Amino acid sequence: MKHILIISGKGGTGKTVVSGSLAALAKNSLMVDCDVDAADLHLLLHPVIRERHDFRSGQTAVIDQDLCRRCGKCIAVCRFEAIKQDSTIEPFSCEGCGLCSRVCPHGAIRMEESVSGEWFVSDTRYGPFVHAKLGIAEENSGKLVSKIRQVAKELAQQQSRDYVIVDGPPGIGCPVIASLTGVDCALIVTEPTLSGLHDAKRVAEVAEHFHIPVKFVINKYDLNLDMTKKIEDFCREQDIPVIGKIGFDKAVVQALVQGKTIVEHVSCAAADEIKKIWESLKSE
Amino acid sequence: MIISVASGKGGTGKTTVAVNLALSLANVQFLDCDVEEPNAQIFLKPHILDRKKAGILVPQVDPAKCHGCGKCQEVCAYHAIAVLPSCHGKKGKVLVFPHLCHGCGACSLLCPQKAIEEVEKDIGVIEIGEIQGIQVVQGCLNIGEAMSPPLIRQVKEYINRTRTVIVDAPPGTSCPVITTVKGSDFCLLVTEPTPFGLNDLILAVEVLRKLQIPIGVVINRADIGDGKVEIYCESAKIPVLMKIPFSRDIAVSYSKGTPIVSQDPLYRERFINLYRDICKVANEAHTYH
Repeated sequence: MKHILIISGKGGTGKTVVSGSLAALAKNSLMVDCDVDAADLHLLLHPVIRERHDFRSGQTAVIDQDLCRRCGKCIAVCRFEAIKQDSTIEPFSCEGCGLCSRVCPHGAIRMEESVSGEWFVSDTRYGPFVHAKLGIAEENSGKLVSKIRQVAKELAQQQSRDYVIVDGPPGIGCPVIASLTGVDCALIVTEPTLSGLHDAKRVAEVAEHFHIPVKFVINKYDLNLDMTKKIEDFCREQDIPVIGKIGFDKAVVQALVQGKTIVEHVSCAAADEIKKIWESLKSE
Repeated sequence: MIISVASGKGGTGKTTVAVNLALSLANVQFLDCDVEEPNAQIFLKPHILDRKKAGILVPQVDPAKCHGCGKCQEVCAYHAIAVLPSCHGKKGKVLVFPHLCHGCGACSLLCPQKAIEEVEKDIGVIEIGEIQGIQVVQGCLNIGEAMSPPLIRQVKEYINRTRTVIVDAPPGTSCPVITTVKGSDFCLLVTEPTPFGLNDLILAVEVLRKLQIPIGVVINRADIGDGKVEIYCESAKIPVLMKIPFSRDIAVSYSKGTPIVSQDPLYRERFINLYRDICKVANEAHTYH
């Protein structure tokens, strides 16, 4: 079984478009959407939800206003600016450390377990799909990512799946690190812009930091051929294979608007290139 | 006034809007809070005048003072500190896992022996620069570092309210975004008219409504995709303050790190108007509250 993660550093380079197409091409696979705070893959896969679970993680402080004497000790110790001057908690700033409840001399602060999201196991036309939704203004996205990766891994083992296709989040922080853990390959989708290259380099470094092999795909490569060449030069120097270059194609947006993956929408150059990318990933 | 620029979905044009808005106004301070992938510098090209290390406080245990009582392990909500009990006459040991530490200070404050000191661990750098009268403050998270909010908070400590402060936010809707937009007088949400753009816009709107920050929308590449973003904005009573059409010229100049206003002066006028509209919406919201 092979776990393939699609990441980018910079957002909006085409991670989910590529992930959706790979899901369509891979036989006997399972899909995961690890971009839990702005998940989009479901818009292409149209999941039918089979299981729904609360994601419980962390705690939030609650101040009992009847017991509180406004002494301000809690405000003084809180490093997250989560307690307002009027001694009420801003729940979206609270990181659940519990220090306030421990220092309160009046026992006015209790810690409550918070439900900070939901995760789902669904059916799609391409196989099972594990996905999640972080609650509004909630934290712990990294832990939610770890949770669904774990669920997906167990399910894929039970069902003897050949591939796990993981759509990753943008950036390089905790949800990305949680997505990278234990994958066999990180496919970095970038675009020929200075920002795209800058961000792809950083996320490639993160992947290498965790000893994950990296491959590149350059999306919309024909928007700036000089930049495409710079990305290819960088990859050559770093010994990173570039396994595909997808041209700018209006059909990609048309497919998206219809809620389809590009490979099932219409036969076009972009779809052919993604098929080539899949053949290359598969052959290893 | 503090205006943050956020989006939910990545790659919709946050940095483009933030940078061009900054370049069109006078007396601006620009904060790049997308510390995982700071990109505004590519377009603004500021002269860096000062560079400071940013860190968080993590515990360091003095073995001479530690009695191995286990209080620190008990109070740590993040499992970042573990106390190995003494056995076979060998003294116990305290292990610290800095990557799990949120820097809350509970262990150090509550240790009965005062055996825990907090020491700074580097998580990134903050650079302060200047370009065309704009003060630029940008954070850059170290590779392999998981937690960006402490660095974002430190970048925001530089906020100078005597200027128009423009804050470039990271994508998404979770902790880094919330840390960034908190305290803003207005948040501009940049989106694109696709199902992905709409889905993530709705998530971002829910977050900002919860934070009670007034919002407006910019639709980028407004002529690709479909009309559902506009239909949504109308029904949710969110003003669409600007539409930027897709243009190959804009895409190419973006790819080279050239701001739109340097390429097309007409856009400067459009961004000044955008700022006027932002002020209007922010003031109305203020009066309303």
